This record gives sequence, structure tokens and C-alpha cells, in this order.
Amino acid sequence: MIKRLTPWIGILIALVWIASNSRPPTTAPGDFDIVTFGRTPVLVGGRQKPLDTVARTSLVIIHGKQTLRLDNGQTLEPTRWLADTLFNAPVADKYPAFVINNPDVLGMFGWPQSERKYFSFAELTPFLKKIDEEGQKAENIESGKRTRFQTAIFNLRNALLLYQGLNNSLQPEDADHFADEIETYLSVVPDGLAATQQRQKGQKFDKEKFDALAQFVDRYQTQSEAAYALAVPPADASKPDEWRSVGASLLRAISSGAIHPVVKAYALIGDAYRAGDADLFNRQVEDLSQWMAQHQPRASSYARYESLFNQLAPFYQAMGLYVLAFLLIAASWLRGNQDLNRAAFYLLLLALAVHTFGLGSRMYLQGRPPVTNLYSSAIFIGWGTVIIGLILERIYRDGIGAACAALIGFITLVIAHHLAGSGDTLEMLQAVLDTNIWLATHVVCITIGYSAMFLAGMLAIFYVVRGVFTRSMTHESAQSLARMTYGVVCFATLFSFVGTVLGGIWADQSWGRFWGWDPKENGALLIVLWCALILHARWGGYIRQRGLMVMALFGNVITSFSWFGVNMLGVGLHSYGFMEKAFPWLLGFMLSQLALMLIASLPLVRWRSFQQA
Amino acid sequence: MLRQFFDFISSLKLTIICLAAAIVLVFAGTIAQMHLGVNEVQERYFQSMFVWWPAESQGVRIPIFPGGHLLGGVLLVNLIIAHLRRFRWTWRKLGIHLTHIGLIVMLAGGLFTDLFSIESFTRLGPGESKNYSEDSRWMELAVIDESDKALDQVTAIPEARLRRGGTIEHSSLPFRIIVRHFYQNSRLQMLDKPEAGASAATEGAGARITVVPLPAATAPDASNAVSAVVEIVPLPGAEEATAAPLGTWLVSDQIEAPQTFSFGGQPWRIEMRPVRYYKDYSLTLQRFTHERYAGTDIAKNYASRVTLIDPERSENRDVLIYMNHPLRYRGETFYQAGFEKNDTATILQTVHNPTFLAPYVACVIVGAGLLVQFAFQFGGFSRRQKAALAS
Repeated sequence: MIKRLTPWIGILIALVWIASNSRPPTTAPGDFDIVTFGRTPVLVGGRQKPLDTVARTSLVIIHGKQTLRLDNGQTLEPTRWLADTLFNAPVADKYPAFVINNPDVLGMFGWPQSERKYFSFAELTPFLKKIDEEGQKAENIESGKRTRFQTAIFNLRNALLLYQGLNNSLQPEDADHFADEIETYLSVVPDGLAATQQRQKGQKFDKEKFDALAQFVDRYQTQSEAAYALAVPPADASKPDEWRSVGASLLRAISSGAIHPVVKAYALIGDAYRAGDADLFNRQVEDLSQWMAQHQPRASSYARYESLFNQLAPFYQAMGLYVLAFLLIAASWLRGNQDLNRAAFYLLLLALAVHTFGLGSRMYLQGRPPVTNLYSSAIFIGWGTVIIGLILERIYRDGIGAACAALIGFITLVIAHHLAGSGDTLEMLQAVLDTNIWLATHVVCITIGYSAMFLAGMLAIFYVVRGVFTRSMTHESAQSLARMTYGVVCFATLFSFVGTVLGGIWADQSWGRFWGWDPKENGALLIVLWCALILHARWGGYIRQRGLMVMALFGNVITSFSWFGVNMLGVGLHSYGFMEKAFPWLLGFMLSQLALMLIASLPLVRWRSFQQA
Repeated sequence: MLRQFFDFISSLKLTIICLAAAIVLVFAGTIAQMHLGVNEVQERYFQSMFVWWPAESQGVRIPIFPGGHLLGGVLLVNLIIAHLRRFRWTWRKLGIHLTHIGLIVMLAGGLFTDLFSIESFTRLGPGESKNYSEDSRWMELAVIDESDKALDQVTAIPEARLRRGGTIEHSSLPFRIIVRHFYQNSRLQMLDKPEAGASAATEGAGARITVVPLPAATAPDASNAVSAVVEIVPLPGAEEATAAPLGTWLVSDQIEAPQTFSFGGQPWRIEMRPVRYYKDYSLTLQRFTHERYAGTDIAKNYASRVTLIDPERSENRDVLIYMNHPLRYRGETFYQAGFEKNDTATILQTVHNPTFLAPYVACVIVGAGLLVQFAFQFGGFSRRQKAALAS
């Protein structure tokens, strides 16, 4: 009885774990309601997103991770850091937010390399000019050709620009009583405007009134140019391209004679925040939230959903579940316990559901098919592998398919996590990619092909490791592994081929050539050719079980080259920028696969399995 | 002997050898793009019978690997002959047959495209009309008889002919052209003071310019600045009045100002320009738009509104060409490829490819073939598996 319940107990524990991770953050009475504030939509990078996302992606760019640990050991939530950066620059300037790892950059400031790698804006202030100069020099060099120092200084400059952009997003960075300031501004507009017109006509004008307005215009002009987020929505909600910065909106008050309600709201919110008046802050935030819900219903509801999605962090939860599932399968093998195996299967189903929720949420938010950039390809490859792995598991019920699913699911999500370092993973698409039909067919097929190749490779890894290092593999289990691998390779062939040809047809539609020998195209072609080679070699009897496994291992090398390697060449239409950090990992992975191929080629007498006792 | 040859040419072993070689070739051709432009790589690795080493030497070169055309050709022959010899109709083999027939269509189409498709560009400024497109790589020396005000009579000399040098005569030209120098790639330098000997030519713009020869460009994104110095000489036996040589001209795609001379009282113009492909219709750019996402530099859309005028077919209509929506007309396809001159001028890639349908057809056939094949296999497999689990 207890045994039968084991799977369900496992699931229950996992559900409790998920629920505990997903509880909505609450605001203690008397504290700032940062959560509601974080749901306010703004436009950044051409996309409407909540301030919560702006906070997270900005911190990732500036700080390298989503939470900030202060010198006193206290951790700061991203939105809280953002609120300080937006409204209270003098305080935010002292946070150790900027990550600097490069010894040459530190040396430029006369700082020795030490344990410390986070620095505050205040500490960097004396070097701003120097950083700007060196960063601009680096900007003119192609991304693949920059030295480590140049890359580091370029990134630091971007981080500083982003930080200052945030300082100027909702108010000029040095504003104090901003609500009063804009009232004053509004009051000088009529006289200032009259003086300006007189001046233009060459008539006598009141210099004092002219200067009063000119000062404000100058100030808001500067703010508008520096602003990172466009915070003021257009009157017409259907035109998302017409969001404006607070500065630009203030300048429009000259002709309209009125201040946009959102600008006023942010001014009051900022003043309350600086004054430490949580009640007033919360009331104003609530008002702004209602205004947005009424005037920008779509942006507002998407922003709410996105901050919920951020907070649930489904991919991190799925990561944990995959690890747990894998441990259960390993335990089931060690103890020969079928119930643990079943528990793992259901746990994987749960992980898949969470993973699917994440993937679906991204599709909903972006209004796009699942794969639009490298980050989402990692998420999708994992998702695809888990599904195929679970189907295999359903057929064979020996834990192998599930173990592969769990491992690849986990690894791809880790890879995705590291790919998120460049900021917003839901970025807008370049014009040529702006076509849902091809994204949904070509890209999805290719990515499923990758999934299947990695799954076949993982099955081969199991085969080699289990066969060489343990005595547990029988001829039957080896055969069933080979059948799985063969089936998965067939599947990979179908999707890789169709995906590659669809890519050619897309290229024919948009550039007029079916095939252009672009690196990414070649990468896809390599997979197709390799699959064809495996299948023909097997049909011709040139390879058997072990040969198939060795070739499937090399499939890992080819697929990782196609997925990542070609992007690192820094050329071609599919080049997403040079990924210096990923290179050693890719190389290490490829070498490990080659090593496994060598191990697999050991004479069978060296294998611990298959020995007649 | 012949039988053995046929056995080999239709063997699975040859298929496998070709596939393996293709993998090596594609990999090498991909890595090579770090240093070479994609056009250069295509010529050396894929659109060739052999990959040569050293690649650029004029002297002895050894073929070190089969090139794309050779591999593709052998694979195609291998496929066709294998199927002709071993073809047996059974339902179980339907998938395999379909797949390979599709591949034959694709390979043949690819080879055909490589040989017969023409890629060129149509560059249009605002309001500009053109009834021709321009080659992206090859130049021509256009010698233009301007005596008829309404109609230019053009004699075009291809770049390859100029490279061979020597004397050029043509029935449409009342004079000879002698190629004094040809530069595959060059840099033109203005001379501050006209010094004798340093200037590239005696007449026209070349009198104030000196030419620095450069090695042919191979790097990605690099292009050649083709230049030549030509001398205009009267035909032998011409009348005394026109018998004296007219001097030398520097022609280059870097020189934009028109260079003219008069021969036998008639006005002539010479210019080095991209090879032109004339069409029976014209395109006029009405407006080019380049939209970006608000607050970013990310391109949202490029679009060209053009008027298509074809007197022969009485066409006169406006067309919108934008990303992923080309204009297909009379065997030619115009794609939005780029823009220049501060977002006012458009660049339309213009492709003439008679076999553009081949991959579409092939994709459907192969996809269906693979699907049928794997469905058969999976069907058999899952029946066995069910039996195994039941026992």
C-alpha cells in the first residue's frame, strides 16, 4: 500500500515545493508597495513591459545577476533597486551594482584585483570620462575582434549608460520636489512662450521670462535624450510606437498647455518615495495602476501577466524538478524499485507542465512562435527532448528515456539561464525575422531536429558509460538502447531535413536564393548529411550497434556546432554576436564527446558489461 | 570492367563516401568564412570541381579535395543509376523511393540554379526609373555613342575581356581600344600637382589621378575597385583627319564624373560600371520607408513602393516590395535587400532563377517520403514492442 503511494507522495512534495516558491510577494503594512509599482507598463527596446522586467534585465546587464547584495549583507529585490535608481539616485549611486572582473579595467582606475568585484556608481564617477572614451573606441571595433579589455570596458560603458538612462527615465536625475517643479514649469510656459515668439519676430521681449522657460526646456531636453524607458503612453492605445519619455512629454506641454497625467503620477510617486511616505506612495501607485488599466488595458494586462511570469520563474522551478526526477530514476536503478521509476515519470510530467507553462507564457507575451532567439531555442530544445524522452519511456519503461529527458531538460535550462545575460529575452525581432509562418515552421522543425540529435547522443552516452563502466548492461538492454537511438535518429533526420529545406524556401522568399552557404545553413546541412550517413551506413551493414552509438555521439558534436559554433564564427546572416564566454564550454563539450567516442571504441573485452561470467 | 564500374558507381559505398566527403567540405567551407567572403568561399569550395591548394597561385596547384559540383554530380549520378538498376516496386519501399526521387529533383535543381541563375541588384533613388539591374560583382566598360540625342548606342566590353588585355575591335566602334593596364582591385589617389608620369592617363579625370594597384579583395564584406587604363586609337587605314591617337583614359567604378571625347566629330562617353541586365519593363521608386521600433535602432520593416511599367503587356501598376514579400514578374524576382543614401534610396536584389520551384517540389516529395518510411518502420516497431511487453 505504502509502495503504491510512493509516486503520489513524491508528486505531492513537488507540488508543495512549487507552491511555496510561487506564493505571491506581500507588502508589509507601512512598507512601499513595490510589487504593484513593478507591474506598471513602460516601453523599452520597442516592447511594452512591466517595470519589474526592466529592473531584472537591467540588473542582469549591470550586475550580472537579478538580485543585489548590499555591503551590509542585505539583499535588494530588483524592483526595489529600480525604484531607488529611478527616484533616488544619490542613494542608488552608493549601491555596489557594477560588476567589473577584468584586471586591466581595474588597473586603469588604479585598483588592484581583489576579492571585490562589485563597485558603486559613486566609486566610478571620477573615471566616467575615461570609460566613455575607451568604450567608444571599443564600440568601433567589430564585436568578434575586441580584446578582453575592450569587451569589458565596452560592457561597463553600456552598463553606465543604462544606469544613467534609468536615472532620467521618470524624472531628471537631480529632481527633488518634482511635482512642484512641473507646476512651476507649467506656470512659466505662457509668458515664456510669448517672449520666445517676440524674440523670433525680432521684437522686444522679456529676457527673464524667456530664460525661465529656456532653462526648463534645456533640462527636459537633456532628460529626454538620456531616458532609457519611454514611460508615457500614447492617447491611442493601439499605437504602441508612440510612447514618449517623460522629458519629451513635458516638452509637449508647451504646445498643449497640460501635463500628461502619467508624468504627474510618477512625479508624486517619486516625491513620496524620497520622502519615505509609504502611504502616499502606495495610494499614488494604486491610482497610476488604475489609470493604466483604464487607458492602456492591453499593455496593462500584459504587464501584469509578465510580472507574474517573472515572479513564478517557471524555468527555474522546472530545473529543480528535473534534477529531482533524475535522482529518483538513479535511485530506482540502484534499488531496482519500479515505484520510484513511476514517481520519476509523473514528476517529469509535472516538470514538463511547468516548462510548458513557461514556454506558453513567452509565446503569449511575445505573440510569436516559441523560438525567436538563442535563449528561446535552448528552452525549446529542452522541451522537445523531454517530450520525446517521455514517449520513449512510455514504450520501454526502463528509466532510460526518462533519465535522458531529465538530464537534457536540466542542462538546456542551465544553458538558457546563461544566455539570458544580454538582457531582455523577449526582445523585438529584426524585420527579416518578422514572419510568424516561417518562425513557426522552419525554426521549430530545425529545433526539434536538434532536440532529437541531442537525445540520440544522450542515449549513446548512457550506452557507453553503462557498458564500459558497469556490469549492468545485458545484450537485451543494449539492443533496446540501440533501437531507441536508431528511432530517434530517424526522427531527427525527418525534422532536420524538412526544417533545413523550409529554411531554404524562406531564404528564397526573402533573399531570392534557396541556398547561400551561410554558416547557419551549413550547420543545418551538416546535421542532415550526418543523419543520412548514419542511416545509410546502418542500412548497408557498415555499422552495427556500437558504430551507431559512436556516430550518435559525434552527432552531439555536429549539433552543438550547428547550434552554437556557427554563431561564434561572427559571420553570416544568422550571426547573433560573438559569445566569448561560451566558447570554452562548447569546446569542452565537443572534446568530451570525442573522448567518449574513443572509450566506446575500446575492444569489448575491456568493457565491464557483456562479459560472460 | 564496365560492370565493375557500374557496380561501384551505383553502390551504397559510394553514397557513403560522398556523404562523408560532403560533410568535410561543408565544414571546411563554413570555417573558411571567418577569413574569406562568402562569394569567394562559394567559388573555391562549392561551385567548383576541386578545392585547390594553394588557392590563388598562378603556378602549380594541386587539387586537395573534391569540390561541391563534383560531389553533387557524383551523388546525383549515384542516386539515379542505383535506382535505375535496383528499382523494385513494393509498397514497403514507397517511402525510400519518394525520398530519393525528391533528392534527385533537389540536387539537379541546385546544380541548375548554380549554373543558370543570375543575381543582380536594382538600385533606385527617389523617383528614379530603371529598366535594368546591375551585377553585384562583375564590371563592364561601356563605350557609348551619344550622337543620337534620344537614344544611346552602347557597346559593353566585359571585365574578363579587359583583363586579357590587348587590342579590342568591334563592328559598332569606329576606333580601336587598347587596354594599357587592368587592375582587378585598386585605390585611386588625387594628385595635388599634375606631375608627368605619375598620372594614370593623359585625358579625362585620369590626368589628375594616380592608381595604386591592390591585391584582389577576399575578406568578408570587401569588394574590388576595378580600374583600367585604355587608349583610343583610330582604325588602321582611317582618314588622315582622324588618324592621330586620342590619348589614354582611366576608367574605374570609383570615377563618377562622366568622361567624354569626340571622334570623327561625334560625341562619345566611356565608363566602367557594373554589368547591366536590361529588361522589357521598368521600375520607378515612389517611396522607400524604413521603420524602427520606438526608442531603438532595431529595424521593424523596410518597404519600397514602386511603379511597374511594361508597355509590351500594358502593365502600369504600383507594387509594394517588403521583407519576405518580393515582386515576381516575368521570370524575375525583386527582393527588398537594403537601402542607401540616408534611407531614401532602395536596393532590390534581382534574381533570375528558372528552377526556383525545384526545392519546393523536392521538399514536398522528400518530406512525404521520409514520413511514409518512418511511419512504416515505427508501425512495425511498435507492434513488436507491444508483443514484447505482453510476453
